[in-house]
Amino acid sequence: MLVVAKNISKKFMGTKVLDNVSLTINGGDRIAMMGPNGAGKTTLVRAILGFYHIDSGEISVNGFDPVKKRVDVLKNISFIPQLPPPVKLSIEELLMYVERSSGVSKEKIFEESSKMDLDLKSHIKKPFFKLSGGMKQKLLIAIALSKKSSLLIFDEPTANLDPKGREKFYELLTEIDTECSTLFITHRLDEIEGLVNRKIYMDLGKVTEDEKI
Amino acid sequence: MKNLFLIAYLDVKESLRSKWFYVYSVVFGGLMALFFIAGVSDSVVMGFTGLSRMLLIFIQVTIIILPIFILITTVKSISGDRESNVLEYMLSFPVSLKDYYWGKMLGRFLTVFLPVFLPVFLALLLGVVFGLFKGGDLPWRMVFLYSSFLFSLSFVFLGLAFFLSTIVKSTDVALGSSFVVWIIMLAFIDIALMGLMLQNRISDEVIITIAMLNPIEVFRIGAISLFDPELTVIGPVAYYLLDTLGSNLLIIYAIVYPIVIGLILAYFGYIAFRKKDLL
Repeated sequence: MLVVAKNISKKFMGTKVLDNVSLTINGGDRIAMMGPNGAGKTTLVRAILGFYHIDSGEISVNGFDPVKKRVDVLKNISFIPQLPPPVKLSIEELLMYVERSSGVSKEKIFEESSKMDLDLKSHIKKPFFKLSGGMKQKLLIAIALSKKSSLLIFDEPTANLDPKGREKFYELLTEIDTECSTLFITHRLDEIEGLVNRKIYMDLGKVTEDEKI
Repeated sequence: MKNLFLIAYLDVKESLRSKWFYVYSVVFGGLMALFFIAGVSDSVVMGFTGLSRMLLIFIQVTIIILPIFILITTVKSISGDRESNVLEYMLSFPVSLKDYYWGKMLGRFLTVFLPVFLPVFLALLLGVVFGLFKGGDLPWRMVFLYSSFLFSLSFVFLGLAFFLSTIVKSTDVALGSSFVVWIIMLAFIDIALMGLMLQNRISDEVIITIAMLNPIEVFRIGAISLFDPELTVIGPVAYYLLDTLGSNLLIIYAIVYPIVIGLILAYFGYIAFRKKDLL
């Protein structure tokens, strides 16, 4: 099992955001995670990524605690946030950060970018935050796909993409290794229906539905 | 460790592109250059005799500008990244929190200290050239010690800024709290201490101790002692300080104490960074 979350709870200022959540993600699981705003989807993902100290329960990723062993955990996870952050580094520097920290080759990122019709070389000196929304998102997707991870987490990955960009993105997802797991946080199941084999529905900090498709 | 240097390098690169760095460099670098160029007089090469009043003004300006510049530019380092979700993305890569935090601190230290150190270095070169043509000795000891005091002052505020940056979640609160700390420290150089003294409720020793726990005051006294070893500028307190510590220990204290406090604050910041939620 890749991710095991047992009875995890998390409160923010007295409000329970995760309420006794248990979940397992196995190799090859393609999950669509849905639910209304404030349901706890992003909090759960952030807990898996080791950003939050949970109040109770336990999480392990490949047998490692995400907070105590964050480097071992994050070696095998790729993450794309909902909105591209305003990173001030130039693209060249951002790629250097990814290359040195995660062992991903720049060439691989260039290759994945060109598959998404993103010409990185002509923008290489530009600060990341000066790219258009769609370009930023494409680059984040290219980085995530270049990193050979066993779990890919996408938080609304296509929010900034035009229809053609979305099409390319979904096309690339079909090329992902079958052993690799993906977790999509989405409000639009219809778009990724063909790409997922499991759907999880969350509400008020609980997993209310978890079924194979 | 390799990630620590990578983060420091990227932070320096990012800072070198930002506007605050240029404003800071021009203001502080210019100030430092003026400080040393003013010290290069025709009669005494790089000597500071007769310039004490001017130097005092420079020291006062440094006391006011350096801390607030460091606080404003650094306090946003982690809290700003957290607020804009940059931290979420950057820390989704396999980088340890130790490398990230200390790398950021190293990078920021280099960028705040560079504009301070470069004019000192240029002034030294200028002094050497003057010395070749007009004779006279460079006051190496003074240049070295003044640079050390600046190093210590920069370090303590860097540690404080990182501490505030990690314990506070929003940039506004981080900026607000750094202003409050800065104003309190400035007040406790003179005004607040005089108020305490006039009340006659607290012994003078306690008041002097409070003053000597304030890194800004420590810098001021250390810097003044370079050109006025008897500390006549600060009045009768000088007797107490020199009798208690002696001039050498006073200088060592002025260098070491702020560094120790800066390290402690930075370490507490690191503990908070590790123990609290990152986002």
